[in-house]
Amino acid sequence: MAIVHIPPLMRDLTGGRDKVSVPGKTVAQVIEALDAVYPGTKARVCDSDHLAPGVAVSVDGVVARLGLHAPVKPDSILRFLPVIEGG
Amino acid sequence: MTNKTLVSATINGEPVEFLCEPHQSLLECLRDILELTGTKEGCNDGNCGACSVLLDGQLVNACLVLGVEIAGRAVTTVEGLADWRGLHPIQRAFLETDAFQCGFCTPGFLIATKALLDRDPNPTEAEIRAWLSGNLCRCTGYDKIVRAVQAAACLLNAKCEVDA
Amino acid sequence: MTAQKKKPFTVVGERLPRYDGADKMTGKAIFGPDVTLPGMLHGFVLRSPHAHARLLSIDTSRAEALPGVYAVVTGADLPPAESTDHRYARDNTFASDKVLYAGHAVAAVAARTPTLAEQAARIIDVEYELLPAVTDVLDTTRDDAPILHDDMRTRSLAGRGNKSSNVASHFQHMKGDPARGFAEADVIVEREFHTATVHQGYIESHATVATWSDDGVLTIHTTTQGSFAVRDHVVWLLNLPMSKVRVVPTEVGGAFGGKNTSYVDVAAALLARKARRPVKITMPRPDVFLATGPSSGAVFRVKLGATRDGRITAAQAELFYAAGAYPGSPVGSGANVLFGPYAIPNGQIDGYDVVTNGPRVSSYRAPGGTPANFAAETLLDELAEKLGLDPIEFRLRNHAREGDERLDGGTHGHIGGIEVLEAAQACEHYTAPLEGGPHSGLHRGLHRGRGVAHAAWGNWGGRSSCALSVNGDGTVSLVTSSVDLSGTRTTIAMQAAEALGLPPERIKPSVGDTDNTGYADVSAGSRTTYATGIAAIQAAKDVIAQMRARAAALWDVPVETVGYADGVFSTADALRFTLAELAEQVTSSGGSVSSIANVDVGEWGAGFSTHIADVEVDPETGKVTLLRYTVVQDVGQAVHPAMVEGQMQGGATQGIGWALYEGYAYNDAGQMLNANFLDYKIPTSLDVPMIETVIVEVPYPKHPFGVRGVGEPPILPPPAAIANAIYRAVGVRPDHLPMTPAHLLEKMGVIESRIMNHDS
Repeated sequence: MAIVHIPPLMRDLTGGRDKVSVPGKTVAQVIEALDAVYPGTKARVCDSDHLAPGVAVSVDGVVARLGLHAPVKPDSILRFLPVIEGG
Repeated sequence: MTNKTLVSATINGEPVEFLCEPHQSLLECLRDILELTGTKEGCNDGNCGACSVLLDGQLVNACLVLGVEIAGRAVTTVEGLADWRGLHPIQRAFLETDAFQCGFCTPGFLIATKALLDRDPNPTEAEIRAWLSGNLCRCTGYDKIVRAVQAAACLLNAKCEVDA
Repeated sequence: MTAQKKKPFTVVGERLPRYDGADKMTGKAIFGPDVTLPGMLHGFVLRSPHAHARLLSIDTSRAEALPGVYAVVTGADLPPAESTDHRYARDNTFASDKVLYAGHAVAAVAARTPTLAEQAARIIDVEYELLPAVTDVLDTTRDDAPILHDDMRTRSLAGRGNKSSNVASHFQHMKGDPARGFAEADVIVEREFHTATVHQGYIESHATVATWSDDGVLTIHTTTQGSFAVRDHVVWLLNLPMSKVRVVPTEVGGAFGGKNTSYVDVAAALLARKARRPVKITMPRPDVFLATGPSSGAVFRVKLGATRDGRITAAQAELFYAAGAYPGSPVGSGANVLFGPYAIPNGQIDGYDVVTNGPRVSSYRAPGGTPANFAAETLLDELAEKLGLDPIEFRLRNHAREGDERLDGGTHGHIGGIEVLEAAQACEHYTAPLEGGPHSGLHRGLHRGRGVAHAAWGNWGGRSSCALSVNGDGTVSLVTSSVDLSGTRTTIAMQAAEALGLPPERIKPSVGDTDNTGYADVSAGSRTTYATGIAAIQAAKDVIAQMRARAAALWDVPVETVGYADGVFSTADALRFTLAELAEQVTSSGGSVSSIANVDVGEWGAGFSTHIADVEVDPETGKVTLLRYTVVQDVGQAVHPAMVEGQMQGGATQGIGWALYEGYAYNDAGQMLNANFLDYKIPTSLDVPMIETVIVEVPYPKHPFGVRGVGEPPILPPPAAIANAIYRAVGVRPDHLPMTPAHLLEKMGVIESRIMNHDS
């Protein structure tokens, strides 16, 4: 089960929990699973079928270039981050 | 429609003739009419020195001189520094001291350096910095440029070889 | 300083003349404004004088009727937008219903001469309905601030706001328990900082020439950090097939992130299509200040706590960054820089991206980082002083190590920050006596001080492409799509030479265009020498493999028996070809040998930099003179040491300008007052001393030669280093950038109020 770190601004939906374990083979599946347990979490990070503007996902410490389609391993750690641009 | 003037002058040692309107700057004439694009425009209001040229040996911003003003006079641009023997010692010094990054301000600095060393072959660091303060560089922080001027002075005085 | 075991290199690490040096010395190099095409017309962009207004109507008829005018375009000539981001980009090209900053483009004209194009543009009739403007970072967040975008609601992970706002987004990082961390602290410091908008200040303005073939192919010659970025942008805005757009990058006269974005390419393309002639647009200098992307003005509220033995227990910060007219400030990476180098157990950072009536910001060398570093490192200095600790010792005590987690949730990789601090501590400047400083009673009346600041920058990897082709004489042509801003064609060629075992003069590097090279991300983020170098090394390995196979075929031996070293292919039986000899055989033995490597480098080595500044402050005028300056930086492995020094010196000088001189100033109508190189002052040769450099090399394991990015880290520490020096000189801590004489005099109590009306 992947571990999702819940950002502080979303903990109102998870009863204060800062880490949640959910199954999923892709980021999209993990978010769906998260939303099933804590309704409303998907709407916070997604705009229809892609990540919300300004939101990035890191899987095991690396920002997922594939976004929602990024693969997730059974013990992966997911984080939601603000999008960082290079310069 | 034309109010153009025929201007005859010497540029880099060669006689030239061109037509220009009274409001056109020497910078515009060099770049757009005479196709000498080595002299650059950075601001067009005399504040950056990228358009430095020599006018009868005097350092000027070409954006502040009118094309019609150079009639009968001599202009030196960066294109006039190297000759059949190769790069001018000032150019060699800048190259070998790595005194450039993007290279856009370089023509202006080369001309300004020539103007300085023509009148003072042995300037101090403070004198070099004061003389070059009309030339803006955003890339280098000026350190290597000052060293290049010192190296060029050395070369021109035949006192030393440039350290690569 | 930790001794490093260095791999021996033959080419990497040498100081070589640059391949593009001769052309740059003689004026032959072709920069954006130097491009001319036969039949070319000149374009001029008409821009709004108002900072905020409804655009009621545009009547171009008088301009179109002027003899010598070939085309006039406005926003009506752009295809409709298909998303919010698209609408922002489209509106920033030409305004549609509103103008959002003084300088916002509303129309463009192509005519026979530049003067005629401008004359025609000035008789385009534009009707505006003026609106109140807001340029201040905090004023724009107030409930009574004029709203820029009626449909903007604050986005955050807490949900979407339910009313119009100029706060585009909010994010929050949290680690541990900040309240408990502050409770544990023996000393707490807290300050607010305001930093003005600054511009990258490249000396070459944006310039582009667009031309269409009669079968609908658009070619653009432009000065840019990324030919593919321009192509992507033009394709998007003009709704063109990618195969119909070719972008040819010119030499670039300075960029620093400001040429990652396309500004006038689309306008030139529209004009060229209507006029059926090539059109050139060169942005006048004032337009560069008004209408390209500067960095963000910002406000920081920062709090830091530590125990008496010098351990930081908690950090807290609020960051407000002005994005200009459309959202997208670098507040996220600013937050990463804030306390980036340190291992802090508890912290909370709140970042706000806000819109203001100014040009849309773009990247500037370590985007968002310099003002954040100013806030953090001056506060750290204050904390160190209150604890009675040496500034470098305090930083060492709290420095992050590999594997430590940052406040933003990221993890430090293999870093050299501690080595850099130790090298700074050990360098001559740090311990040299400062005449007239607090330690000296000799020079009364001289107010001198020494300050230190430290910074970390993540750098970038990204996508690069490099092609190598063996020529019949044994030289190798190298073509890359990575635009060369300041010498990377040389550093990439050096890495190829090293990998091929050839002397560098046998490599012939060039930069290609979007038709003849593989995709590359912009040359930015300190990534080019690093990532494109990786591509070059990969291509070199493949070339050698192919050549070994050729040698094996020619000698009729198994390929495993063919070795390669230092430019020579050989077998144990003393069969031997130099690469040049083998190259001569190549075209008759199976065709030419070439290889292209396309990489997407996902991991990159962070760069750390410590700066030491000695200043003298005139207490009557507030003028700050830099007496001595040293940059210490970890570069992994210096490919070309002179170029690395140049990056350190140049970045530091930009930071010095940011610290002391530079800032956008506005009048009450929101119009920029200093859009020129006189009133927007960048450092001259008189403003900086020789800048000493100490290169530290902690090789980065993911690059074959240990290379790290070098360009961005050195712009981060100068404002804090100088502020900390000013404090030791005159006993006041500046909290505003730029630290103008007026600001210092105000802090010293000599004058009552600020004179410059900056935007924060």
